Amino acid sequence: MAVNRRRFLKVAGLTALGVAGKPCVDLIAPGEALMASSAKHEAKAGGKRWAMVINLKACNEHKDCTKCMDACHQSHYVPDFGPDNKKDEVKWIWQEPFHHAFPNQDHRFVKDEIKAMPMLVLCNHCDNPPCVRVCPTQATFRREDGIVMMDYHRCIGCRYCVAACPYGSRSFNWRDPRPHIKKDLDPELPTFPTRSRGVVEKCNFCTEQLARGKMPVCVEACEAKALTFGDLEDAESDVRKLLAENYSIRRKPELGTNPEVYYIV
Amino acid sequence: MYDAGKIIPGLIIFLGLVSFPVWYNTSSGKTDHVPELATPKGEKCVDSVEHMRASHMDILNEWRDRVVRKGERYTEINGELEEMSLSETCMKCHNDKAGFCDQCHNYLGVNPYCWDCHLEPEVIEQWQSTEEDS
Repeated sequence: MAVNRRRFLKVAGLTALGVAGKPCVDLIAPGEALMASSAKHEAKAGGKRWAMVINLKACNEHKDCTKCMDACHQSHYVPDFGPDNKKDEVKWIWQEPFHHAFPNQDHRFVKDEIKAMPMLVLCNHCDNPPCVRVCPTQATFRREDGIVMMDYHRCIGCRYCVAACPYGSRSFNWRDPRPHIKKDLDPELPTFPTRSRGVVEKCNFCTEQLARGKMPVCVEACEAKALTFGDLEDAESDVRKLLAENYSIRRKPELGTNPEVYYIV
Repeated sequence: MYDAGKIIPGLIIFLGLVSFPVWYNTSSGKTDHVPELATPKGEKCVDSVEHMRASHMDILNEWRDRVVRKGERYTEINGELEEMSLSETCMKCHNDKAGFCDQCHNYLGVNPYCWDCHLEPEVIEQWQSTEEDS
């Protein structure tokens, strides 16, 4: 049977339809592809998954204490533009009222005591970090131990990550931060680099401290022992014990980011 | 040629102005300038002088990627573990940025942005002394 033009066009058209159809079906009924991506971050055997547990009750017993924030901002040379300049503010760990930190938990009849409690917030080092997904240069990335890191060398200052982060954990350096850094150098601590104008910065779970076998500076600075840091993959770790013994909540878990900072209220 | 009386002197003046940097620097002896490097404090570097001179920027880039992206902090050099750090390793010996780094960088007109963020020993000293003042 000879292939005439009419028959050739029919076969070619059907083939093209078949090729184009497969991605459309995948789009409507995401099967294996999505399942694979959500399981992507399961830790390897023997792997680590750093996380933090914040005991808000213990924290609240020292209402005016700012030791963790001071220690963090000092050791990482986070610039201070003054309390009146919210526009340029750079922060790694700070306090929010309850209805900002946990908007999904807020209602008219929340206990007054909790409403008045300042909530300590920082980068949640999400398992499914939206900031990493949107970064066009991979300047922010997720390490195998779960820490969401910034590579300031690669940051081009597009601020997609600032927009993507649902926790407001990222700050942009609108101005040169150096003149606004509190210059108390602790000779005991290794010198942490400052940032330059035009990069985004955030909490790094003190990777520089962890590399030296130490705890993050906020955890060490807290006298109320309200902050606990540890490995979620280790069933004997302090964070796992605390989570097993207490009821804990996380910030905006419904967004699917899988935050790894837990709060005991 | 029309107007040769104007064009030729004009060309000579133009060439003189364009080549001004060349003959000015030659006559003032600046072309003989060779960067003089401050002597580092330590005994030995992480590699030979020739290799460091030609490839220190590649080493720094490699260190940067290993530390920041792979989370490795230490590397074995001459059988010893050294921290891969510009301010903690390199500049502990090469502690005079103006006398060492800047010498060649200025000579060649390159402007690396390392010290936009990383602290040089002089700045560390300054910052430590502000603590005493306040």
